[in-house]
Amino acid sequence: MAARRRARRNPGRILLRTVAGAVFVFLMLPLVVVFPISFSAGSYLRFPPPGFSLQWYERYWNDPIWIDATIRSLQVGAATTVLALLIGIPLAFGLTRARFPARTAIEQSMSAPMIVPHIVLSIAIYGLFSHLGLIGEWYGIAIAHTVLALPFVVIVLVAGLRNFDVNLELAARGMGASRLTAIRRVTLPMVAPSVYSAAFLAFITSFDELVVAMFLSGANMTLPKKMFDNILTEIEPTVAAVSALKIMFIGLLLLLSLRFRKGSDTPMTH
Amino acid sequence: MTAGTASAGRSLRVAATERRAAFGAFLLTAPGLVFLGLLFAMPLIQLFALSVEGGTTEWYAKVFADGLYTTIFIRTFEIALFVTVTALLIGYPVAFFLATTTPTWRAIGFALVMLPFWTSVLVRTYAWMIILGRNGIVNRFLIDYGFIERPMTLLNTRFAVVLGMVHVMLPFMILPLYSAIVRVDPDLARAARGMGASRFQIFRRIYLPLTLHGIVAGVTLVFVVSLGFYITPALLGGGKVTMIAMVIEQQVREFLAWNFAGALSVVLLAITLVVFWLLNHWVARRVPPATGQGR
Repeated sequence: MAARRRARRNPGRILLRTVAGAVFVFLMLPLVVVFPISFSAGSYLRFPPPGFSLQWYERYWNDPIWIDATIRSLQVGAATTVLALLIGIPLAFGLTRARFPARTAIEQSMSAPMIVPHIVLSIAIYGLFSHLGLIGEWYGIAIAHTVLALPFVVIVLVAGLRNFDVNLELAARGMGASRLTAIRRVTLPMVAPSVYSAAFLAFITSFDELVVAMFLSGANMTLPKKMFDNILTEIEPTVAAVSALKIMFIGLLLLLSLRFRKGSDTPMTH
Repeated sequence: MTAGTASAGRSLRVAATERRAAFGAFLLTAPGLVFLGLLFAMPLIQLFALSVEGGTTEWYAKVFADGLYTTIFIRTFEIALFVTVTALLIGYPVAFFLATTTPTWRAIGFALVMLPFWTSVLVRTYAWMIILGRNGIVNRFLIDYGFIERPMTLLNTRFAVVLGMVHVMLPFMILPLYSAIVRVDPDLARAARGMGASRFQIFRRIYLPLTLHGIVAGVTLVFVVSLGFYITPALLGGGKVTMIAMVIEQQVREFLAWNFAGALSVVLLAITLVVFWLLNHWVARRVPPATGQGR
């Protein structure tokens, strides 16, 4: 304790804290800046904003193109989450429950979509989907986003399943539960925190994704595509309002997922 | 004799059960493998096929013959390198702070790192445009307080691109560094200190070697992802700082030059994989996996 107090006062420690503090400011600055701009009363991007108004939020809310893009992104995000979990959960079980030839190779190849540059993957899938006539279809984007989300989902789920004690599932089966019941009543509730994390990751991966959506969305824009176009062509701060809304939405999701995790963590502490 | 047969029968049964379990496990991975095979491997192979369509290497010749594209590749490499070094230099102190501070400060610090991490890259890039623009926050501040008279050009420069990219990649650097530093036993530093080592010596002789695997993990991730960046250079570079991803996008969307875009993609992918392999190979040889496990 005394050593720690001494450590806190020494010059190296002060320097370290100053550097860390400066980096924290750097990290938070862009997030903080968006809010005052989004309430600007001016008609173009100006800082400091000349007055308070909700006009940019109103403009967002009253523009069907923005709202359609938002709904489409939520839809694509939800579909990506469901699809990534449907493929990822069995995959993670397969990778953690038994040894078989090529298991390590399969596990390693799962992270390949993370290494391949998104632009390369985007045009590759764009080529395939234009042959199949899937350009402009929301589910096409969801399928492509699942390729990007799957590595995160598998990594998180595999880590969760490796920590889970298989004997608990065996005990349930020993007491007469069927295999499916044991998984449903014992295993899944205990690995639920990893499932929530994986779901959150999959949703965010899709909800924020621009490059794939740029190629696949055609005229039916997703929210990031609409934002990108707006940033390139307009100087008015509707994007700031959308950004502020997005930051709050993600914050809310984060809080929710923490809440979920806490709720389901409790049985594990016994 | 009968006991022998029984045990042999049992071990056969065990082997059969294991085989069945292995097969079942493999079946569970099948949908994922098929999915990635159809939507990841196949499109990439098709793209490669396009780049050598008709058995010609002319598209690759164009990538390397034309000074324009090699320049862009070199610039992309330079920017990625610069982003990686900057992220390492400012990320290490932050990771060190997080690993050695009180639990409360650690929680606050992590929140400050993770909130930007979860925020859309597009939102953050847009915010940098507000901050760095001609009438942006930085210029306003400097003019209002009399540091400069006319606004500086900050946006649409390589500086803006690097700044924006560092902001996006920093959490990817901090997280692996943190998990490496937190494993180093603080008693090692204390012992070294007691024996008269300077702060720099403690860093160089204890922390640096014991956290090398974390450094390489962070560097690999940041460098490899930076090579393929599109959004940040497209918006903060304003057409003045071209990275290779932007060229590929343009070739496909504006010129429908699939063969050439395929060749550019294959070269980018090859560079990415070589960098990834080299860094991994290097770390595997230098750092045995057991080091860095202080506790």
